[in-house]
Amino acid sequence: MNAPTSAVLRMDAVTRVHGEGATEVHALRSVSFGVHPGELVAVMGPSGSGKSTLLTLAGGLDSPTSGTVSVEGTDLEGLGAAGRARMRRTSIGYVFQDFNLIPALNAIENVALPLELDGVRTRTARAAARAALDEVGIGDLATRFPDHMSGGQQQRVAIARAVVGDRRLILADEPTGALDSDTGESILRLLRARCDAGAAGVLVTHEARHAAWADRVVFLRDGVVVDETGADSAEVLIDSGTPR
Amino acid sequence: MSVKQALLALLEEGPRYGYQLRAQFEQRTGSTWPLNVGQVYTTLTRLERDGLVVGAGADDEGHVVYRITDDGRDAVAAWFTTPVERTQPPRDELAIKLALAVTVPGVDVGAVIQQQRSATMSALQDYTRLKRQAEGGELSWSLVLDSLVFAAEAEIRWLDHCEARLRRAQIERPETLLDEILTEEADEEARR
Ligand SMILES: Nc1ncnc2c1ncn2[C@@H]1O[C@H](COP(=O)(O)OP(=O)(O)O)[C@@H](O)[C@H]1O
Ligand SMILES: [Mg+2]
Repeated sequence: MNAPTSAVLRMDAVTRVHGEGATEVHALRSVSFGVHPGELVAVMGPSGSGKSTLLTLAGGLDSPTSGTVSVEGTDLEGLGAAGRARMRRTSIGYVFQDFNLIPALNAIENVALPLELDGVRTRTARAAARAALDEVGIGDLATRFPDHMSGGQQQRVAIARAVVGDRRLILADEPTGALDSDTGESILRLLRARCDAGAAGVLVTHEARHAAWADRVVFLRDGVVVDETGADSAEVLIDSGTPR
Repeated sequence: MSVKQALLALLEEGPRYGYQLRAQFEQRTGSTWPLNVGQVYTTLTRLERDGLVVGAGADDEGHVVYRITDDGRDAVAAWFTTPVERTQPPRDELAIKLALAVTVPGVDVGAVIQQQRSATMSALQDYTRLKRQAEGGELSWSLVLDSLVFAAEAEIRWLDHCEARLRRAQIERPETLLDEILTEEADEEARR
């Protein structure tokens, strides 16, 4: 068993290099941080600073060049591709910058998909999906297909899919990008509520007013964490070091 | 800060004594700009001298109650119909600090910017927390919080902008950059 304070997400000295030789890009350089249950962490930084890279690594969608990423105490690398895929269906909710909805499925089917793939009975999965769509304010669009929805509506389906079921870790890449300011705020309220209920959240955003909903704001520059707000110093010491 | 006008505006609602005025001011502004009661009484004395309020005797508990005069009402109306002067931009110190940071040799401007961004972000987190707590509460206090949120947001945007400009202009002559930053700062102020 993990101690109650142990991190849901922990990254230790994570480096990601794309390409090699002359075209080598260090997207992330030795980044370490942890996100605990109940905590919402915002990541801010200019375009190209490594925000999406950090999130895809945290979600097991990409592998680090060096360093380790663990979710609920399990090293994602050690899980293998199948294990990571299962983790993404059950524990990790991911909101992609470009939504990543399946065009052939309507809203409720898109949201229910991870649950159904995990073996949840269709009726149960649909009921949970319906509740999640209600939560993001588009319960009335349940049978609408992505092609027939606005950007903001698709974004809300993507968010519903990320929070459906009992996700322990919610990762969101610019989840408010296509939303007007009121809807954006309602999404922040939802993420905040999930974290207050015990989930751990990482929110990538360039909007300071949205980052301000987080407990901590991490600033990335050129793949390096240059600063963060709101952490008590003991936490920083624990989280920036090597594994205990 | 316009304590004078604020107290006059509160007196438009009816006669009040000093403690009441302070309590109502703080209730509407969420104690963002705390007043001490001495300041309230000093201001009331000055308003009385200027004929904008008159002492209306004491209430049952002995509090000295003030009432607004016709001149006082005119002053309140004038306050509400005149824009706030923009001659003292509140962000002056930061603009001056950055202006000097980009010219004084040996200053790590990037660090100055990041340190400020972190501090302003922390303040923005605090305001957001207060906003969540104040939800469903008083409109006036919530609007004051919005004002703080917008100002902090604008400051962070300006810092991001300065940083991007610095990165692009590292080869430019610093005096040129200084001029441009100050001009943009003034433009930004004018827009707010
Ligand atoms: N698949 C890839 N191949 C090569 N370079 C990449 C790849 N993905 C990201 N990068 C580079 O890594 C850096 C960080 O990118 P990214 O994480 O997308 O930044 P952000 O989300 O902050 O805009 C950028 O310089 C980007 O060009
Ligand atoms: Mg990105």
